[in-house]
Order: sequence, then C-alpha cells, then structure tokens
Amino acid sequence: MTVDALAAILLIPAISAALLAILPGYKLTAKLNVVAALATFLTSLSLFVIEPTSGQYLLLDDLNKVFIVLTTFVGFTTSVFSASYIHHEIETGRLTPAFLRFYHAMYQMLMFAMNLALIANNIGLMWVAVEMATLTTVLMVGIYRTHEALEAAWKYFILGSVGIALALFGTILVYMAARPVVGEGMDGMVWTVLVKHAAQFDPALLNVAFVFLLLGYGTKVGLAPLHAWLPDAHAEGPTPISAVLSGLLLNVALYALLRFKMMLAVNSVAITPGPLMVTMGLISVIFAALMLYRRRDIKRMFAYSSIEHMGIIVFAFGMGGPLANFAGLLHMTMHSLTKSAIFFAVGHVAQVKGTQKIAEIGGLTATNPALGWGLMLGVIAIVGLPPLGIFMSEFLVVSSTFARAPWLTVFLVLGIIIALGGLFLRIGPVMFGEPKGKTAPAAASYVPMFTHLGLVLMAGIYLPPVLVTGFQNVAKLLG
Amino acid sequence: MSSLQFDIAHLFAGSLVLASFMMLYQDRLYALLNVYALHAGVLALSVAWQAYVQQAPHLYVTALIALVFKAIIIPVALHRIIKRLGIHREIENVIGVGLTMMAGIGLVALSMVVMLRVTPGADALAREDLAFALSVVLLGLLIMVTRRNAVSQVVGFMSLENGLVLAATGAKGMPLVVEISVAFSVLIAFIVIGIFLFRIRERFDSVDVQALDRFRGERR
Repeated sequence: MTVDALAAILLIPAISAALLAILPGYKLTAKLNVVAALATFLTSLSLFVIEPTSGQYLLLDDLNKVFIVLTTFVGFTTSVFSASYIHHEIETGRLTPAFLRFYHAMYQMLMFAMNLALIANNIGLMWVAVEMATLTTVLMVGIYRTHEALEAAWKYFILGSVGIALALFGTILVYMAARPVVGEGMDGMVWTVLVKHAAQFDPALLNVAFVFLLLGYGTKVGLAPLHAWLPDAHAEGPTPISAVLSGLLLNVALYALLRFKMMLAVNSVAITPGPLMVTMGLISVIFAALMLYRRRDIKRMFAYSSIEHMGIIVFAFGMGGPLANFAGLLHMTMHSLTKSAIFFAVGHVAQVKGTQKIAEIGGLTATNPALGWGLMLGVIAIVGLPPLGIFMSEFLVVSSTFARAPWLTVFLVLGIIIALGGLFLRIGPVMFGEPKGKTAPAAASYVPMFTHLGLVLMAGIYLPPVLVTGFQNVAKLLG
Repeated sequence: MSSLQFDIAHLFAGSLVLASFMMLYQDRLYALLNVYALHAGVLALSVAWQAYVQQAPHLYVTALIALVFKAIIIPVALHRIIKRLGIHREIENVIGVGLTMMAGIGLVALSMVVMLRVTPGADALAREDLAFALSVVLLGLLIMVTRRNAVSQVVGFMSLENGLVLAATGAKGMPLVVEISVAFSVLIAFIVIGIFLFRIRERFDSVDVQALDRFRGERR
C-alpha cells in the first residue's frame, strides 16, 4: 500500500510524537515540533492537488478539507509561537526540560488526534479520536501543577469525560438506528454508508441519539450551560494550548456535531436539529457576553469570548441554508485565526508582566508597542469592527438571519454589542492606562500573530473567489 | 433466542442497575470500592453472556477486560491509594441519602420511559439493554454530582462507563466495542491512578475536591 496524503497527515504527527518523547534538549525538540507541524500543514495543502481515495476508515470531502487545512495551519503557527513561549518558561523555571519533552510529545499527539477526528469515516473512530484529544489536553492543562492548574485540569477531565461518555451513548444509538437498515457489523458505523441510508432510519431513535450527541459534543464545543470547564482550562494551561483549544479543538467537536446534523437532515421525519442548535447558540452568546464584564484574568476573559463566538457559529449552522452556513464557516475560520493570534499576544504579555491579572497590567501600547498594538488589533477584530474579517462574517450571520427570523437577530445583535462593550471596558486600561507592571521588552516572535491578523484583515477587505466557491460548496453540502 | 437466554441477559442487566443503586448509599470509600468491584463483575458476566448469545467471540475480550481490569486491578489499586493517602473516612454527600435514592428512582423511570418509547422496532433484548444502560449512565452521573470526594467521583465515572459498555454490547454486532472498551480503560488508568491522585496528594494533602474549590481562578 502506498502512503497517500491522508495517511501522512496522521503518520507525521504520530511519528514525531514518539520522536519528541525520546529526544532530549528542548531547543532541538522545539524546532522539530515546528518542522513536524509545517510538514503536516504542507501535506494537508497537497490534498487540493492530488485527491486521495476515501476508504472505510478515512474520508475526505469538501467539508473536512476546510477543517483540516485550518487545523494544520493554526497548529503550525502555534508551534512557532510555542517555541518562543517555552523558551521563556524554561528561563523562569516554570517548566523543566523533562516536562517540555512531555509537552512536545503531547502537542503532536493532540495534532494527531484532531486530524484523525476530522478525517475518520467511522463514527466510532471519530469518537475515540475526540476522546484522545481531550485526554492530551487535560494532561497539558495541568502541566504547571499549580493549584489552579490542577483544579482546571480536574474540572476539565470530569466534565470532558461526561461529555464524551454521553456522545458515545449517542453514537451507540445511531448504530442501533442504522442496524435494521444497513445490517450488522462495520457498515453501521461508516459515515458514508450512514448518510446514504439515513432516510430509512427509525426517526425516534435518531432524535434521542442527536440529543445525546448535542449534549456530549456540545460540552466539548463549550456551549452554555455545559461550558464550565472552558474558562479554567484556557486560563491555567500554557498559552499555546489555550490558542489550540480555542482555535482548533472547539472546532473539531463542532465538526462532529455538524456531521450528525447532516445525517439527520437526510431523514425527513426526524427532528430538525436547527432550533436546538439555534437556542443553545443564542444562550451561549448572551451568557458569555454578560460574563465578560466581571473578568479579572485576561486569559479567562478571552475564553469567555470564545464561548460567545462558538455560540454565534453554532447559531449560524443551526439556522442552516447556504448563506447562513457560509457565514458560519467563514466566522469559524476568522475566529480561529483571530483568537489564536490574541492568545499569542496574551501569552507574551503575561510573560512580560509576570501576571495574568487585568488589574496589574496597564499601558501596554506605551511599554511594549508591538505587542500592545497587536493585541489591540486582535481585540478590534474579535469584537467585530470593520474592516476586519469577523465584521464581515458576523454581518453575514446577522443579515441572513434577519431575512428569515427577524426577532432572533435582536438577541444576536444584543449579545454581540454587550460583548463589544465588555471587552473594550476591560481591555482599555490594559492598553492605554497608566503603565503598570514590568516593562521589559518582550522576547516575542511576532510573526505568527501578525500573519493571522494579516489574513483576517485581508479576508475583511477581499475574499479570494477560490475561497468563496470552496466555502459555497461546503455550505451546500451542509444543507 | 430462547426465553431463558433472554431472561438471563435481563437478569444481569437488571443486577447492574441494582449495583448502581447500591453505590448511591455507600458512605465509606472502601465499601464504595467493593460495590464498584461487584458492579464490574456483574458487567463482565453480562458481557460474557451477550458474547455467548450473539456468538460474538470478540466480546469475550471485553468481558475479560471488565473482569480483570475493572473488577480486580482498579479496585485493588484504589484501595492501596486510599490506604496510602490515609483518607478511609466517610464520604461527604452533597445531599442526603434519601433524596439521592429518590432522584435515582426518578432517573431510572425516566430512562425506561424514554428508551422503551423510542425503540419499539428494535428487538426486545437490545431494547431492554439500552434502557438499563441509560439508567446506569444516569445513576453514574448522579453519583458524580452528589459526591465531593475525588475518588468517589471517579468511581461514579467508572460506573457510568460500565453502563456504556453494556449499551455497546447490547447493540448486536456493533463494531469497535473492544477498541472502545480499551480506549476507556486507558482513559481511566492513565488519568485516575497515574497522575491526578498523586498530584492532588502532592499539592493538597487531600483528595477532597472541595479543597480544590478553594482555589478559584479569579480571586484577587
């Protein structure tokens, strides 16, 4: 068997995880981590050129192509950021070389698990991959071994496990629904087979299954009221992990949810998942927006902002239809890029100032102009001000909703505006207030951050037609 | 399938729910672990019976995992951890035993109503297995939310996971059951025993989750 690109996307992270676990010397392994992530990204790009064949276990279609490229790209840029981040952590003694070896191996394991979840053509395999991704991130969140980190990891472990347990129950129910139609054995879990025959499945069973799947994978997406693990996990883990969590892992869980939504859409008798997703999305948006006002920890604040944006994305996909799906997809991409850029900035800010407390950080634009303005640009993007990409995607979400359910837009826009107020209120003093804390220059790598922000800015001004048609195809696929 | 086969399968699945109930009112950690061992033992019997009835030899592997890993290794290991940490005291419940039992009964009734109503088409064994499995899952969740102690939360999670294995084996011919049970075992072994308890011990001298709760992420 020749190794095609799909297998390579899995093999590269898996092999490098093993290598990174063995090799000593953090400078070397940090570089190797970057190289491995770059190789995975380049391989994922090759999917556009040479189309590998989908089999019983692995699948490639327009939908997961978008997710894979986004995941491997942010995985690569985060590894670049991570290299400069951990350098500082070693110097201050927060991490020891032994822990770093573990950290790098886990980073690649996480990439492997996320890629597997995205290209699995089997709902059982997808579940195992999501579980594995959860496991690796739990271990990484607890890596500092402080009280807060342990509490966060414990909370994340318990809630994440319950979530994936519920998702497994839903998966079993899907198999039960499929068995009378497609027969026993592997076929009952193969995604492509399921979609083809979903019209004949027992609708009542599918409904119950979807509720479990929504609760289960929804926990991992961070939808309110199942979000409790998310702020802690983001705030207490190493910042590269916060970036990957917000930018990628939430998307992977969402992807799983979308797959099952597509399956239910085929069955005309089963409930339409849309209203459920719209409701949970709106609750998340408004809840997270209100929570932004009382944040004291800068990483937690952006974690709540992630909940808000995941809410918007789930809302858009819940509305469905070509335009809303397109908007949701665009928003997801923009959010991944922007939020990870913000975490890149925040990571260096926290290192320079030696604290994550908003009250103890001040006047960043004066003390560290590049970092400060980079973060400010990120915040401007994330609250949805023009001309950046998130403005465009939010505008699309709102306008497509307005045409179909005007009163829903009231809540959505309200949530977005409340969040804007909250973020600006909190970030104002950090940016332009009296300079506080240490003012040492940051030994930061600005490239990943400004690359992301540049892409977001470009998307806000001009979307390349190739991208538009690509997204339109996916939006059609999502129904 | 003969009615005797069905009855035996029914008996095992029902016993599992019963064992879940027994966990609800345990107020000592050792006792809770013993009941968990019983729970896992019943699961092993149930899975082995399913393997025999469905003539699916691979399920014997799952049964063996349940017996060796969950019914023997994990309880013994947790016993030793508890002993070493010196925490063999009473478990603090968030709410009283009576209320917990009432809630448990309610959850079982709920799962019966939900599962039996939505699966009229499925064969009787799978139906009842699913209903029982959902009960065990919900009771596991209940144990997790009513306990403050980290060890008993983990035990709750493991009983929940037993319910999932019951559901997976009840669904006839479901692929990847063995893989999934292995994945779960890895999850449990990895996190629970290896890392968390030791780290929690290292830092807090306690495995009471309430001790963790003091360290809110946002205190000034």
